[in-house]
Order: sequence, then C-alpha cells, then structure tokens
Amino acid sequence: MGAEIQAGQAMIEARQLKRDFKARGRTIEAVRGVDIDVAAGEIVGFLGPNGAGKTTTLKMLTTLLRPTDGSATVAGFDLRRDPQGVRRNIGYVGQAGSTIGSARAGEEIVSHARLYGIDAATANDRARNLLAALDLADVWDRKCGSLSGGQRRRLDIVMGLIHNPRLVFLDEPSTGLDPQSRANLWTHIRKLRDELGTTVFITTHYMDEADSLSDRLLIIDKGEIVAEGTPAELKKKVRGDTITLTMREEKDATEAAGVAGLLAGADAPATDGHIVRFHVSEGASTLPVLLAELARAGIEAIGVEVNRPTLDDVFLTLTGRSLRD
Amino acid sequence: MVFVPGLLVQLGIFGGLFVGFGIIAEWRAGVIDRMMVTPASRTALIAGRVLRDVVVLVAQAIILISCAFLFGLRVPLWAIAAGLVLIGLLGAAFSFLSYAFGLITKSEDAFAPLVNSLALPVLLLSGILLPMSLAPAWLQALASINPFKHVVDALRAIFRGEIGTPEVALGVALAAVLVVLGAWFGNRVFEGQTK
Repeated sequence: MGAEIQAGQAMIEARQLKRDFKARGRTIEAVRGVDIDVAAGEIVGFLGPNGAGKTTTLKMLTTLLRPTDGSATVAGFDLRRDPQGVRRNIGYVGQAGSTIGSARAGEEIVSHARLYGIDAATANDRARNLLAALDLADVWDRKCGSLSGGQRRRLDIVMGLIHNPRLVFLDEPSTGLDPQSRANLWTHIRKLRDELGTTVFITTHYMDEADSLSDRLLIIDKGEIVAEGTPAELKKKVRGDTITLTMREEKDATEAAGVAGLLAGADAPATDGHIVRFHVSEGASTLPVLLAELARAGIEAIGVEVNRPTLDDVFLTLTGRSLRD
Repeated sequence: MVFVPGLLVQLGIFGGLFVGFGIIAEWRAGVIDRMMVTPASRTALIAGRVLRDVVVLVAQAIILISCAFLFGLRVPLWAIAAGLVLIGLLGAAFSFLSYAFGLITKSEDAFAPLVNSLALPVLLLSGILLPMSLAPAWLQALASINPFKHVVDALRAIFRGEIGTPEVALGVALAAVLVVLGAWFGNRVFEGQTK
C-alpha cells in the first residue's frame, strides 16, 4: 500500500502521457503528450471540445487504456508498474453509465463492491449510506432502467465511490441531463470533496459546468493541453469585458465606433451593420463615460450590453475556435 | 435415445453461443468498463459469467431430460449425470468463445452473422440433425475432424450405458480441450480490452 496522501500533495502526476490509435494503416495521435498535476482535495475540470482527447486521457489515467508513451503516478501508484494499486484507490464513472436497465440498483451496487473484495455486509451498509447521501435512499429495489436520468447518474457515482476511493474520475457526468438535474448533480459533486475529502477529476465540454464546479481547469485541444489555471485566472487571459452597442442606423454605428475607440483602455471597435463591439478592461466603469460621450456626439444607442468574459471567450482566444463548433 | 443426446448438444452449442449478445449490451451500458477499473481478476470476470451460463444450461438440460423421461426415455441416473457434465463442458467452451467474439465485434450486426456461420457447419457436421451415415464419404471425412461430432457420439454412447469406452473418452477429452482453448482465448480478449 502507498502512504496516505495528505491534502495538497500530488494525487495525479502525469508526464508526457501519449496515446496513438491505429486505424486503417494510419496513426491518429489522440493525446500528444500531456502533463497533468492534481493535488489531493482539488476539484479539477478537464475542458475541451468533443474529440479533443478528454476521454482518452481519462481512460489512460484509470488503467482502461495503456499509454503509448509517458508516465504517471495516480493516487500514489505507478500507472504502468502497479495498475492494481491504482485500481484499488480510484473511482471511475464512465460516460456510458455503469448499469444494465434490468438490474436492481441495490444488488448492482453490492455486486460491484464484491469486485473490490468488500464483504457483502459492509457493501450493504456503505451502499445504503452513499445512496442516502446522494438523495437516492428509496431506489434500492428499483430497476436501474426505471430511474430518471439524474438518478441513474447519481447511482453511477455511488457505484464509483463504493470502495471509498481517494480520487474519483467523472467523465462528462451531466451530459443529457436537464438543467435542474445538472445543478443538483453539481451540488453532490461539491459535497464529495467537502464532506468526504475526495479529489475529483471531471471532464466536461460545458463551460458553465467547468466554471462553477472546478477549483482549477485544464483546457485540452487536439490532444494537447493549451491552458491551465483557476477559472478567474483563465478569464484574465481574455481582453477584459465586451461592450456591445446596438445603433438605430449603420451610419450611427460608424460614428459610435469612432467615439468608442477614443475611450481609455478600449481596443479597436468592430462594426457589423448596426452593431459595434469592443473590449475594455473594466466594463462597468466605462459604460457611463461611453454613454455621456455618445450623447455629446448626438448619437443615440438603442441597446447596450456589457459581458464579462466566459470560458468560451478563453477558449476562443487560445485556439481561435469556439467550444461550440 | 438417439434424439435426446443430439438435442442436448444443440442446447449446449446455442445456449453458449448466444451469450455474446448479452456482453455487447453490457459493454454499451458501460458495465464492462466499470468492472475493468476494479482490481478484480480478468479471468474471474469472464469465468464468472461462463459459470453462470453453465448453471442455466444444466438447468435447461435437466428440464429437457425430464420431459424425455415422460416420453419413455430410460437411462441410468449415472449416465444422466455424466451427460450433464459433458454438456456443461461444451456450453462453457462456447460461452467463452461467444464472450470473446462479442467483445471483439462490439456490434450485434457483426456478431450475429459470425455466430451463425460458426454454428451452422458445426451443427450439420456433428450428425445432430441427420445421421452422418447417410452422408457421402467426403462429408463423413469432414465430420470426423469436427470435434463436436465426437462429443455427440460420446453423449450417445453414455446414454447407451457405455462408460470408459474410447468413444466416450475421446468425446470428453475433446470437450475439455475446447474449454481450455475457449478460456485461453476469452481471457486474452478480456485482458486486451485495456490495451
């Protein structure tokens, strides 16, 4: 057994982790050498568009795929030399789910616990406690297929936690859930860390999820990590707030762009028909000045909007593409 | 007397071969990945499924034999027990193979034709449907290299009350070898899932 990992110490330490796939004679580099550091007690979001290499990286870190190259220590065990040690200490909640619809929830959890060598009585107790903690106390005898999407996802998480892992990997946990179920799931994921002290590594392609849930973010694109930091740090990489003006006529827009360009801290405004868009470091304090200047020039804006930078803007700035593409 | 052993072998072959459909569904539902991240032995993950299938198969075989009894089958109890062991071995071999093929193809559309193209010649060349003595010489020669023909022959011999004859020994030995081969292959495929 590895030594107990204290809060703040490394829970994941991956170096130049790489994975190639061979398909029809061609080699596809799904993950091109990523370095990942996660400290114990962190919730780390792994954000990227579909096909960026999120799931492949996750499968390598959870021993489901062998890396082509590189090394990693996960939960204190070497990924290549001691995959059994890694398996004993991590939980994994896959994208596809983890249950067959015709199985009964309680039996499914206990049988999963048995695969870790946990005796049936202990498994029973833990399963009931975890189910209660995730608001699933009454599903024991129900068939997995009869649960709602949100309930089934939480059941997957119960299964992933049944052996008290110190580190849990969640692969796109909220995909396909309605907004209420997503918000509810986030509350539970936060509780994992706050109450059980579990380190959480979560992949997502939803920016709001990454933003509200993670202490720190890793952004992956085309198999490489392109940025890393807290959501706030990453947003600072974007050129401040965006101000969008809607004018009554196109000629007003041109004039308004002229006025806006002279403001302190503003970049070159872009006009698109009736709309003028530009960036300033502080949107809230610039706005009154802007409106006064417009009034002085005798132009009237029919709409004004200030937008704080989102992670989508961060992604756009870093890669030149939107996450939604 | 001739018909029941053939039916039992057919039960073993098909009962075993179709279990692969189940593992494709399990794989799609994430169950296989969920089990693969546990420290459980890969051999246990496949062998456990196979043993469950054998229990189901033996229960089915007992029902079939009981029905045959009502229709006048008279076979000593020890012969039934020996027959069930043989059917269990056969079913296990096919279960292992079926799980392996299921996880290799990961698609019902590919798995179904594969299983059928395996099952049909095995069935025809084992003399279950028609006695091989009616077949032309070349077909008989082909059948004699089909291990399942020898398993059927052994089961028929057991039901005739023979034990310890070369025919029975060959059939049981072949069934055991098939189980070992199936287990080796199935285990390899299961371990290969995380490569």
